[in-house]
Amino acid sequence: MRFAVAVFPGSNCDVDAYRALHDVLGRDVEYLWHRETDLSGFDGVILPGGFSYGDYLRPGAIARFAPLMEAVVRFAGRGGMVLGICNGFQLLTEAGLLPGALLRNRDLIFLCDTVPVRVENVDTVFTRCCQAGQVLRLPIAHGDGNYAVDAATLAVMEQRGQVILRYCAPDGTVDEQHNPNGSVANIAGIINGQGNVAGMMPHPERAAAELLGGTDGVFILQSMVQELERRQHEASRC
Amino acid sequence: MKLPGAERAARVGLTDAEYARIVELVGREPGDLELDLFGVMWSEHCSYKTSRPLLRLFPTTGAAVLQGPGENAGIVDIGDGLAVVMKVESHNHPSAVEPYQGAATGSGGIIRDIFTMGARPVAMLDSLRFGDLGEARQRSLFRGVVKGIGDYDNCMGIPTVAGEVGFDDSYTGNCLVNAMCVGIIRHGDIKRGAATGVGNPVILVGATTGRDGMGGASFASVDLTAASQERKSAVQVGDPFLEKLLLEACLELFRTDAVVGIQDLGAAGLTSASCETAARGGMGIDLDVALVPRREDGMVPAEVMISESQERMLVIARQGREEDVQRIFDKWGLNAAVIGRVTDDGMLTIRNGDVVVGQVPAKALAEQAPLRHPEAVRPAWQGDLLDLDVTRLQQQDDWTGTLTALLGTPTIASKEWVYRQYDSVVRTNTVIGPGSDAAVLRVDGTDHGIALTIDGPGRMCLLDPATGAAMAVAEAARNLVCSGAKPLALTDCLNFGNPEKPEVFWQFSQAVVGMSDACRKLGIPVIGGNVSFYNETGASAIVPTPVVGMVGVVEDLAHICRQGFGEPGSVVVLLGANTDELGGSEYIRLATGRTAGRVPLLDLEREKEVQELCLAGIRRGLVRSAHDVSDGGLSVTLAESCISGQTGADCSLPAGIRPDALLFGEAPSRIVVSVGAGDLQALVDVAGEMGVPLAVLGTTGGTLLNINVSGKSLVHAPVVDLAAAWSGSLPRLMSV
Repeated sequence: MRFAVAVFPGSNCDVDAYRALHDVLGRDVEYLWHRETDLSGFDGVILPGGFSYGDYLRPGAIARFAPLMEAVVRFAGRGGMVLGICNGFQLLTEAGLLPGALLRNRDLIFLCDTVPVRVENVDTVFTRCCQAGQVLRLPIAHGDGNYAVDAATLAVMEQRGQVILRYCAPDGTVDEQHNPNGSVANIAGIINGQGNVAGMMPHPERAAAELLGGTDGVFILQSMVQELERRQHEASRC
Repeated sequence: MKLPGAERAARVGLTDAEYARIVELVGREPGDLELDLFGVMWSEHCSYKTSRPLLRLFPTTGAAVLQGPGENAGIVDIGDGLAVVMKVESHNHPSAVEPYQGAATGSGGIIRDIFTMGARPVAMLDSLRFGDLGEARQRSLFRGVVKGIGDYDNCMGIPTVAGEVGFDDSYTGNCLVNAMCVGIIRHGDIKRGAATGVGNPVILVGATTGRDGMGGASFASVDLTAASQERKSAVQVGDPFLEKLLLEACLELFRTDAVVGIQDLGAAGLTSASCETAARGGMGIDLDVALVPRREDGMVPAEVMISESQERMLVIARQGREEDVQRIFDKWGLNAAVIGRVTDDGMLTIRNGDVVVGQVPAKALAEQAPLRHPEAVRPAWQGDLLDLDVTRLQQQDDWTGTLTALLGTPTIASKEWVYRQYDSVVRTNTVIGPGSDAAVLRVDGTDHGIALTIDGPGRMCLLDPATGAAMAVAEAARNLVCSGAKPLALTDCLNFGNPEKPEVFWQFSQAVVGMSDACRKLGIPVIGGNVSFYNETGASAIVPTPVVGMVGVVEDLAHICRQGFGEPGSVVVLLGANTDELGGSEYIRLATGRTAGRVPLLDLEREKEVQELCLAGIRRGLVRSAHDVSDGGLSVTLAESCISGQTGADCSLPAGIRPDALLFGEAPSRIVVSVGAGDLQALVDVAGEMGVPLAVLGTTGGTLLNINVSGKSLVHAPVVDLAAAWSGSLPRLMSV
């Protein structure tokens, strides 16, 4: 099982993702430069946080044209698992792999904190290690995390269980008071209709060591690992 | 009668005597461009001509020091073949004129100073000062500076892990923005800024050169005036994305062996980078300004030489390796232009195409500015400041109200409003982030950590610059110890007014003497730093503000401490002893509107003992939390430990001291710790062995903070109320 961590000019949580997957979960991980066009041999792709291309124009607006993204779109089209974190989430919406867009935070300032998020759907390959309704404490650090989507699309997403994480109170209550950035319906993370592409503003890769304040992010990353193990197992049975 | 050249000298901000010295060193009258170079290089900002004689008092050596002052940053050994590279630098004047870009490029400049040494930057810290937040201009400066720092550091992917912010009217026209960067490096990978090897190519890498930041070094070397607002062209414009690319490209370049020397382009731009590398290597550099990639048309050679366009570095490569350098910078989409060669004539030769437009000895530019020895006179008003009759202070009965008010003063209040705007955890090394006495980072591949802090008690320095500066060192060390680290080395940023005024130079001299004394007694060397003079507007200078950035080593990350009280039922213990001193305290300022009184006694022997006791307690696993007594005194320390630990505490303070001094006095050398009931005796025993006074104050638990003296409850308040005052203050002030 091999993970690729994409590296765009300006990526800076590539290291965080690498360390969580490699050092904590003991998986094979490789950095993949934005000019690469070949994802063969990789089972999962992480689009990491950071400021790809300096967030010029809009976060992710330029990175979506990187050669690597063409490969990522093909990879996702074949059912490959893609997780976009923070800037990676923004990039996935820009690339059209996920619905909606990420706007400036409601208060127009960058926000670094550790916040509770409620797991909304545990029947996905990114959340299957979580309990239904479980509240995870995950770090956030972004200036553009205010998720927006039109009402009709949102209704479909809600109905299909595409909203996987919502900002909430420590006890799991979802309300406006516990919405750090103004996201519609407190949305912190979503998946695509096929269920193989996820985007989230919170950083699960930064919550993978007790020493650094918590390990709740491992639930997300371990879910991916389990799914890839399942796929490998199936492939070897065929 | 004016000497020949006097007018020319004045044009570039130099004196007649300095001009005469230039003629002597060059052997003739300098040309216009040559004089421009001397103007920037011999400015106070670049030459340290006024401060250098005194800075020699600092202890700068020690077994762990790998690089002391004189390079782009200092380096100190932290074991395992690793070292910390660090430096703090001011960007006060640019920030006063253009807060966002001024602060952003302050970060950019100090970050380059760290990776030019070969290190990966791993942490940022900031020390900021503003005037009264009741004024719209001050809020706008504060907001702009914080956003400037955040946008730059966040985009760089370097966590901003600690800092401090203070407020005083003296900073109204001249805010302070001191940025500190810390990097980690393997001993063998250290790079230096020296040009050696005749014929080696001199390569300018990174961004293009434009007219931004023209003469920024000279701008930093005069007082701020109303006209300064017109000098926005002297403020550089930063692009953190370009710097991130430059950082990664340079670190990739360092993994080859193509680099002989490297230096960033900071103050005085290409001029300082070329003459300083040449002077350090004992060589010359021959460069052609026509080869410098530009972003603007029509720049004359002098503009190219002194432009402070950001995100540029000067690389001295091995001859024949030009293409390796080119390939790496191509990969990162950056310029790499060979603009000259290293020579053996000791001259900085500047060509514009085929024409030599300037040629002066590199050493003369870089190192031979005549030193100044200004007069130092104790200000006549110094005595008035000390005059404070505390017996006339009204002893009120609402101590809880006073404590609540103090918790809400901007200098003491929680700085979460600031640090929430900084990514403090990127790169996943941050074990303790902002909001405690010191930040702690894990060091990759080891069991160890490093602890970082930055401190500068301006109020105490106004009243007694020597003791105040010593307190900066003592407090920084105490903060590190509270996190479980042993202090190792410091970098300083000395912010003062116009040194040509005898009163200001007295403050400066006193502060340097005081800091040196504290460094020697606490065994902490100074490995680099920065002096920022001319922090004045109109007739008034800022209060003297020496700022100390310090690094310590955490031996075992299993034994670290935060400021919040440990689990309920812990015993609250004071290490050190209370005194009846009130001078210079925030309380006095609140009660009288003045910064006044005699500063508390700082006994450095006692300070050292208290720190050793605290560290021993943490390392033996006895201490659950530690927080030093500083701004606001013991009651504020207890309140902050309650708030951060989300618990109450019931304490009784030893009687015999007037209540206001007991609650709010800011005598140093005190730390409040919490320990498990079963561990108390062990801590008492250690204190007994070390001969350090210790007092059991009470226990943690419940939802109230109670402080009793002689059976009488002086402070009695729900912790949530104290927390609301402390946490709510800055958001409230900034939401106007």
